[in-house]
Amino acid sequence: MMRFSTLMRRPADWMVGGGPDSHIVLTSRIRLARNVQSFMFPGWARKDERQRSLEEIQPMVAALDQMQDGFQTELSSLDKLQKQVLVERHLISREHAARGAGCALVADRRQRVSIMINEEDHLRLQIIRPGLNFEEAWSLADSIDNALEQQLDYAFDNEWGYLTACPSNLGTGLRASAMLHLPGLVLSEQIGQVIKAVNKIGLAVRGLYGEGTEALGHLFQISNQSTLGEDEPAIIERLERVLTQVVGHEDNARAKLTEDKPTMLADQVARAHAILGHCHILTSKEALHHLSMLRLARDLGHWNCPDAALLDMLLLEIQPAHLQLEAGRELDAQPRDAMRAEITRRRLQTTPAPDTCFSKSPGTGASPRNAKTERTNDE
Amino acid sequence: MKCDLCDKPATLFLTQIVNGQMQKVNLCEQCSKEKGVTDPTGFALADLLMGVGTSETIDQPSASAVPLEKAAADPEDARVCAHCGFSETDLRRTGRLGCPACYHVFRSGVRQMIGAMHRGNRHRGKVPARQLDEGVLSERLDDLRRCLAEAVKEERFEEAARLRDELKRMQSTPAQ
Ligand SMILES: [Zn+2]
Ligand SMILES: [Zn+2]
Repeated sequence: MMRFSTLMRRPADWMVGGGPDSHIVLTSRIRLARNVQSFMFPGWARKDERQRSLEEIQPMVAALDQMQDGFQTELSSLDKLQKQVLVERHLISREHAARGAGCALVADRRQRVSIMINEEDHLRLQIIRPGLNFEEAWSLADSIDNALEQQLDYAFDNEWGYLTACPSNLGTGLRASAMLHLPGLVLSEQIGQVIKAVNKIGLAVRGLYGEGTEALGHLFQISNQSTLGEDEPAIIERLERVLTQVVGHEDNARAKLTEDKPTMLADQVARAHAILGHCHILTSKEALHHLSMLRLARDLGHWNCPDAALLDMLLLEIQPAHLQLEAGRELDAQPRDAMRAEITRRRLQTTPAPDTCFSKSPGTGASPRNAKTERTNDE
Repeated sequence: MKCDLCDKPATLFLTQIVNGQMQKVNLCEQCSKEKGVTDPTGFALADLLMGVGTSETIDQPSASAVPLEKAAADPEDARVCAHCGFSETDLRRTGRLGCPACYHVFRSGVRQMIGAMHRGNRHRGKVPARQLDEGVLSERLDDLRRCLAEAVKEERFEEAARLRDELKRMQSTPAQ
């Protein structure tokens, strides 16, 4: 069984990036909600009952083939900081971390699979894959679910499917979501229309906003809302169709930006690299913005990033709990900003400067996956 | 600006846009620490991927929490799940249920909620193999055949192919 420190040292395989359309889609995530017939839902159960359901469920989950040599822990055995790090790693939810007694996490070695026991439902099975790859995520979720249903008496209803604590998850209990990087649509001010259109189809869009109006890090999540009335492949196919369209719009917006506003792009990308490589105080907000611009430069073939996982890893490492874990103690906002600056500086100082000539096609920094964008530039 | 939880001056301002709806939270230093929100962007980044949290621990009502007069006034509210003690009032208050058996007790209440949440009102997806008895199996086979015929008629061939595979898989599944 894996130790906490080992888990922390290893990046999840999805953090290393790659996968289809990964220049826009960071991750594809599948979540299944399942409950056991004979127990009360965790939110209503008393602590001793939650403990009993945990004792029945956890060993079965940990014994799954897919979870061999993985990580498992009862949340009550972790301190506050450790739980927060697991939240930042996307292995548990904030609610799960807050709950404590009678709750557990089981994760596989590569951190593709995490199973929360006694979150809102008895079981929350989560798969994260890099890029746009719901096929792989769903097939893994499906096979783990099949293995579990042989041992656990799932709460199931012929009319409403898998019974969940909240009726909004009835039916398939399936939530499929993708995290997207959409700087082109944000900078060209088309993002509002896209969000509206996606909402109309019944999908949810979540953005991350600070005090201003620009989404932090230009990151958005799109997911299905309805879980009842369609089967799993139908839910996933609709989401994928929409995502493919959004990816197309983003590609076009990026191509148009390089044509229409090459100087603005050059300025923002050069500033991002200079600031991240030289700053001594860095807030999360500023970091997210500059990392987004560097990611854009890389994905347009204008920045030759020596390490493919660098930006994704940084995005995780500069989160508050990760910083405090690294420091070995609790830190207030100011020392955190200093430490964040130190880490990004160390990682970026030695990287080559981005190619800021956006008005012509990019130089040798271009990677093959950006071929499409480059062609558009030449037209 | 004041903290949303107490009256001290707020130092942390968090705005999230969910489905075009702006949600603002203003917190003072102390409350933000207590809530574990010490860094707004770090906080929201995790929520963005995990989905903004909806789960809360539902408090067990104390004997006085549900006044008897009120329960008597509305007979629907008086209904309680014999298996777990959850009441119709709890359902309205929390929007959640207490245990799987609650779905039988509060069927009409749940049916009202489902309409606005989902694209359909009948499960079409996976069925745990152990729960697949003769009745369910034949019902689902009928359902699949109907969908398949519709898909073919409307020339949605990809979906038709998928339904045909599903039908084949179902037909080879022995009922329990
Ligand atoms: Zn306060
Ligand atoms: Zn109940």
